Order: sequence, then C-alpha cells, then structure tokens
Amino acid sequence: MVEAHPFIPNSAPGTKEEMLREIGVREVQALFSDIPESIRKNSTLQLPASKSEIEVRKQVEDLLSRNLSTKDITSFLGGGAWPHHVPAAVDEIVSRSEFITSYTPYQPEISQGMLQALFEYQSMIAELMGMEFANSSLYDWATALGEAARMASRVNSRDEFLIPHYIQPDRLRTLQTFCEPAGIRIVEVAQDKRTGVFVEEDLRRKISSKTTGVYIESPSYLGFFENDAKRVGEIAHEKGALFIIGADPISLGLFASPGELGADIAVGEGQPLGNHMNYGGPMLGLFACRGDQLLRQMPGRLIGMTLTRDGSSKAFTMVLQTREQHIRREKATSNICTNEALCAVGAAAYLSLMGPRGLEKLCKTILANSAYAIRRLKELDGVTVPLFEAQHFKEFSVGFDGTGLTASHVNAKLLQRGIQGGICLHDQFRELGESALYSVTELHTREDIDRLVTAIEAILEER
Amino acid sequence: MMTFRQAHWDEPLIIERSSEGRVGFSLPSLEAPVDIPRALLRNRPPRLPEVSETEVIRHYLRLSQENYGVDSGIYPLGSCTMKYNPKLLDRLTATHKIQDLHPLQDNGSVQGILRILYELSESLAEIVGLNKVSLQPAAGAHGEFAGATIMRAYHRENGDEEKRDELIVPDSAHGTNPASAAMAGFKVVEIPSNSTGCVDIGALRSSLSPRTAGLMLTNPNTLGIFEADIVEIAEVVHEAGGLLYYDGANLNAMLGKAKPGRMGFDIVHINIHKTFATPHGGGGPGSGPIAVTKELERFLPVPTVERDGDRYYLDFDRPSSIGKIRSFWGNAAILVRAYAYILMMGRDGLEEVADISVLNANYLAKKLSQIRGLELPFPDKLRKHEFVLSAAKMAHETGVTAAHLSKRLLDFGIHPPTVYFPLIIKEAMMIEPTETVSKQEMDEAVNAFSKASDEAYSNPERLKDAPRNAAVTRIDEARASHPRTMELTWRRMTERQ
Repeated sequence: MVEAHPFIPNSAPGTKEEMLREIGVREVQALFSDIPESIRKNSTLQLPASKSEIEVRKQVEDLLSRNLSTKDITSFLGGGAWPHHVPAAVDEIVSRSEFITSYTPYQPEISQGMLQALFEYQSMIAELMGMEFANSSLYDWATALGEAARMASRVNSRDEFLIPHYIQPDRLRTLQTFCEPAGIRIVEVAQDKRTGVFVEEDLRRKISSKTTGVYIESPSYLGFFENDAKRVGEIAHEKGALFIIGADPISLGLFASPGELGADIAVGEGQPLGNHMNYGGPMLGLFACRGDQLLRQMPGRLIGMTLTRDGSSKAFTMVLQTREQHIRREKATSNICTNEALCAVGAAAYLSLMGPRGLEKLCKTILANSAYAIRRLKELDGVTVPLFEAQHFKEFSVGFDGTGLTASHVNAKLLQRGIQGGICLHDQFRELGESALYSVTELHTREDIDRLVTAIEAILEER
Repeated sequence: MMTFRQAHWDEPLIIERSSEGRVGFSLPSLEAPVDIPRALLRNRPPRLPEVSETEVIRHYLRLSQENYGVDSGIYPLGSCTMKYNPKLLDRLTATHKIQDLHPLQDNGSVQGILRILYELSESLAEIVGLNKVSLQPAAGAHGEFAGATIMRAYHRENGDEEKRDELIVPDSAHGTNPASAAMAGFKVVEIPSNSTGCVDIGALRSSLSPRTAGLMLTNPNTLGIFEADIVEIAEVVHEAGGLLYYDGANLNAMLGKAKPGRMGFDIVHINIHKTFATPHGGGGPGSGPIAVTKELERFLPVPTVERDGDRYYLDFDRPSSIGKIRSFWGNAAILVRAYAYILMMGRDGLEEVADISVLNANYLAKKLSQIRGLELPFPDKLRKHEFVLSAAKMAHETGVTAAHLSKRLLDFGIHPPTVYFPLIIKEAMMIEPTETVSKQEMDEAVNAFSKASDEAYSNPERLKDAPRNAAVTRIDEARASHPRTMELTWRRMTERQ
C-alpha cells in the first residue's frame, strides 16, 4: 500500500520510518518474527482489496434497499420485537458521539454523563416495574429471564423453575440453555384454554419445596393478562419460591406493575422504549428486583450516586463490582461485561419525553387501536378473535379454523397485497389450531387495519 | 503539553427538572376510550419526569459533554481496542431499511440484510481461519458462554460430558473467561504463567487429565505477548481430548498475520466492537460472533444464515444445535457496521491494522518504559497490540500508585490505561494504543506520563488529589458501595431525605 490510510495516521510512510528508527527495528514485519512461520504463511487473508467510502456506501445502501421495512409494508408482527414510534429527540441523544464512542465507564471522573444517564435509567425502570432496584441492562428479555432463573436458584438453592405454557419460543429455548448447566429443571404450568389464566390445581400440583421460582408474563406472549397474578405470587411465596414477572414496559403506563403484583424479580424487553427493532438486535434486557439479599445476587452492572471525596459535588460510579466477572471471576453472579448501555440511554431519554402522562396515553392509544382491530376482524366469517376471553394489550391471537384456511396460507395471500400478517402459532401451540398472533401499536392507523380486514375478506372469498 | 478541561454542568437529575403538566411527547388524538377492569390497573403511577422536549435535549446534551469518548481523544484502555469508529458506519445504519425491519418478516422481504449477514459470516470465518460462524452472541462474554456450551455438547455427544467437567484458564485471562466457563457448568482450573509471562507448558501438562474439557486462551495474551508455543499447546490439549477456545478480545494484531484456526483453536469469539471498529456505546451494544471448526459446526446456535443459489435464508433445522442463546438472530445493526468496515479495509487495510497497531504498541512501550518509576516486565519480548507497564517501582519509592497515576492522566485529557490487570503484574497499567492514534498523540501521552512521574518524585501529595480537570474530582467509591449510603435509584434517594 503506497497511500496512507484514512483511519490509520501512522500508515504515512514517513511517520512509519521514524517510529521504526525509534524502536530500533528495520521493518514492521520484524515485530511479528515471534509468530511461527507455519502459522504466518497460512494466515494471509483471502478477501477483496480495500474500497473507498464512495464504493462501500453504494454497495451497502444497494443491499439494504432490497429490504422491505415495516415502513414499506404494513406489518402486524410483534411477539418479542415491536414497532413503536421512536421520537426524533431520542435518535438525536443516542447519536451524541461522546456517548457512542465511549467504553464502559471504568474511569468515573470523565464518564459522568454516561453514568448519570444510566443511573436515571435504573431509576425509571425501577419506577415502571414497581421494584426497588434495576440494573443498567442485560442483552434482551430472553437472557434476562435466563439470568433470573439462575439468580433465584442461587438465592434459595432450589432447582425447579415453573413457567407458563404460553411463552415465546426464543425465550423458552434461551431459558433452557441458561438453566441446563446450572441443573435447573423447567416445568410448564397449564393455562386455561378459555381464559388463559394459570390453572391453579396444576400449579399446586407442580410447585414443591424444590421450586426455586414461579414465572408469569403480564401481558402474556399471546397478549392476554393473567386475571389474578397476585394469587400466583402468593402460592409461590407460600412454598418459599420466588415470584418472577415478565412485563411489556409500555403496558406499565396503565397496568399493574410487577412490584404491585408481588414480584421479587421483574424482567422484560426494553426495545419498545425508544429503540428501533433493527431486525431483532440490539435489544435491551430489563432486570429489576427488590430486597438487599436479591440485590447482592443480581447480574450485571449497577450505577450508584455518591459524592466526590471532597464533598463538593454529587457524582456517579459503578457499584457492587465485587459481584462482577472482572473482580470475582468464576464466582461472579454472571459473566456479562458488555451490555446494552446506549440502548438504556435511549430508554431513559424516551421515558423522560413520555413521562407518566405520555405513557398512559400511549397505552390507551394502543388499547383503542387493538380494540378496533379486534372488533373489525370479528366481523369476518369463521375468524375467531381473540382466542382467549381476557383483557388483551397490543397483541391478540386470531383463529382461522372456522375458515378452512391455514394461517400460513392467509399470510402468503396477505403478502401479495403488501401486508405482513401475524406470527403463525400452529407449530408451537398445536391446540390453538390454525392461528396467528397479531400486534397493533400506536403506529397502526385505522386505514391500515381496514386494509387488513378488507384483504382477509378478499382471501376468504377466494376460497 | 495539551491542556484539558472537561465540561461540568452540575446538571440535576432529570426528575429534579420535573414540573407538573409538562410533556415531551405528542400522539395522535384518541378516538375511543377503553374500559379496563380495575384489578388490572396500576395503583401508583410511575414517578417519571414531566419535562418538555427542549429540557430533555438540553439535559442529555449536557450529560454527553461530561463524557469522554474515542472522538474526544486517545483512549489506550488495554484489551478494549478503543479504535476510531468510522462515521460512515453510523450513517449507513441510520435508515428504516435496517431500523424498521422486524426479525420475523417473510424471507422475501429481508434478502438484503440476510445477504449482508451471510457474507459477513464468510468474511469472519476467513479472518479467523475457521469453518462456520454464528453471529448471534450479543457480546464477547456471550460468545464465550455459547462456545463453552458447544464444548459441553461436543463432549456429551462423545459420551464424555459427566467426566470432562474442567476448563483450564491461565491466571492472566480476562475475567469473563472463568465466569463464562462456570456459567456453562464447568469447574475452572487456573494455571500459572511462566517466567516469560506465557503459558507454562509444564503446568498445563500436569493440569490435563481425562476430566479436561478444554483450554480457554487469548493469543497474544493479556501482556501483549504472542504465545510462541501455541502449536505445542494445541497439540497437548487435543491429545488429552480437550478443545481449544480462543478469546478474540486480542485479535486486532493477528489480522492477516496469524489466524486462530491455524494456531489450532477449535472455537473463537470475535469482539466486533473492538477489532471491527463498531462503537462501544458506553458499555454496549457490542456483538460477539463465534466461529468453529467443521467438526463443531452442527452445535452452533439456531438459526444459522444460509445461502441457496441467489436466495438467503435462516436455517432452523439443526438437530444437534445447543439451541438458542438469545432472542432472534444477533445484533444486526452492529453487524451491518462491521460488514461495511471489512469492505472498506479489505485484506490490505486489515493487515495494515495489524501492522500499525503493533508498531504503535512497541513504540509507546519503548517510550513509556524510559520514564522514571515505570517498568516493562519481560523487556526482551516483542509486544503485539498492547503491553503492560508496572508502576510498582514508583509506588514503592513515592507512594504514588497506578491508580493515582491514572487519575492524574485524566487532567491531561488522556483516558488512562486498564489498571490492576492482569493480576500477575504488580501495579499493572495495560496499554493498547490501537492503530488509529497518531505518533503526535502518543508523544503527548508520553509527555503526560512523564510530567506525572516528575510530580510523583517531587510532590507526590499534590498528585494524589487528581483529577482536577475532569467533570468531577476524585469520587468517593467507598461511600458509593456502602450499604448505608448506597443510592441506586432516585426513589430510594428521596425516601431517605
């Protein structure tokens, strides 16, 4: 390479020579002379040569332009990642280069901005969840749930974890991967076919002195609320198990918080809080708990507010680091190091903009939109919506058994009309028959929903 | 010498800016009110701030000004590879064509992103010299967990799972290695380094047994020294029936020079946010793909990204897979950036990265080791991407420790090195300049170290109340973590007041 490289200042030939002279070696390759030749000669890269910014921009933009986003087509997908409005102010804040290009705030004195933003994030998540403490993020809901099960087991030395039947497949499989090495067995509790509530007899049959924790979701994967979540928690506590709730943070602007329902640990997906879906990553794992005993077992980074030594100013720093891998090594509460800090800053900015009123209004808007969608879809012959008699939020199941069509057929036909239908549920929950999970947020207009209904109507007529 | 003064706004918490009735949002007008059963409703609204958009922007802009990033200046934090993040990468991903993609969309509508992910997997496999990649891990430690879980699955398939329950980790390893090994169900066996800072082959041999599942190693090691015996290390571990795991945190200097696959490693994780120049976001999001040999391919997490002619798809039909380690497919927004970075750099640019990162480290090591009170352990060894200085002499002679020195560097606008790691060096300062700093910036850093050293020997007390030019002065860490004074949320704080 003759020319210098734009990101590598010392690639300029003159500079390179000068530095080599200082070190006292003749050429850069001499600095690699300790690598065995057998490795060196087999390590050349078979990759294309470097390209200019102009060429790369064109190439990547061209590839990305082949995607159809949820702005190009009307989509009713949810089930773990949801399209919500991201205020422009949030995008602006998370674009600040001082935030983006910083590392983990190991040097608190010059990282006060990130630390304060994360402290505010922890405070807001604790508020939403109705819990005492929140950490400063995990990877996503699925891994947060895996960590919650392991944490429960560390706290009470038990090894059975009770989960609801209706749970998102990725969440279940991640939970299995996290639990298996810790020797935690996952036990499914039945949910009522008509209302979706935990079947109390089944819960009582399965809970025992081995049960480390009982997990429910509010709302559930299929969008309905557990009618008496408190009761489930009481049963868990009677048996000395921890009660863990997974929640959609948006719903908490209106609906009961995990803390109010008696949870010891709360988890959830923070992507809806001002973060784009980004094809499923990065996401934002929410994790909160209560009580000092649980706090000491909490995974992930925690930021605390303190003072400077001279007492002149408030200041923020990482706390309880003795739980973490860089100090405790194999005895750490988790291996997590890099987390989703910038997404957490986005969530803090989002929640600041929304405030309690904004979040409540957003919940009501989503409820109104999804209620409208349910009402309109009910007009269709043979379509059952929702499959469960319960209060729903944002998501609801749509049954096609009465139409003689499969859910995947409906989706294929919808795609031809520029609509992405809901998630087909048949593979995971056979008992639900041909059905799909639809998600409606504040981004869906009445026109979008009317178009969906008209399209399904036309598909039904084609039978 | 550069002067530096970080902004200090004394910015209140956003909740302290709250004023009833203010809003920072607008939503379409609500058409139909909905009745919700009372039992499902929240009793107490969350205590969130009521502030306008203007206030939110000013608040977080001020906070950003109290934060130091790679764009602010030199950031030689050892093992973190804080290189410059090309701005094109952030521009490319600021589009609805990635931001507004739902992970479960129909295959036909996501061909562009799937092709990017597929081609990135291929490039990463080529770079590390292994067969197949999973892009799913969200971070390096997450990749380690996935990799260690693959080891378990491999030994299980051989009927060895019960027996092979030990994972060997050197005492100089990153803390995530033993933590991930333990999380994946292994007992951690720590082996000491030898007198040259490398793996003690004798100690390794004597720790190997039929219980050995494998060895986790980073090469170059955390001292920045290449493990020259790596071929032999790989042989003895493999002979004992174990697998070799490569911690990719130190991959930067190996690009085009020494592929981990050629060194004999079976599983590798790659810290995209280090080697491949994606921003670290104040702690994340990162991305930690793993690559494996042909023999281990079938264990990779589901799904993998595959190609069939011109069509790209996600393959869920992988019966031997360890399953899922997270929701969906990986940190796509980060991975697209890495794809663009690799395209821009090409094979020549990536080799230049290795060359100059090593040139810079050796240059800086030479200069800094000439400063009074600082020593470079194992001075005869070449360094790769990083090196570790010991301030033990200075601490002994003046009472000024590596921690004091670090805090003083802040006053000169220099992000300090990683301190007190690796644990095998006393008063360790681990320094990784990366390829993206200029000679002038390094010379300024040398001046700053030198001035701090002069102060240590002339007026050590003065140095101990550094920093003075950062947003805040030295922080009371003990108060921060003390049960009686610890404040983790604003609710606890106001309840105590």
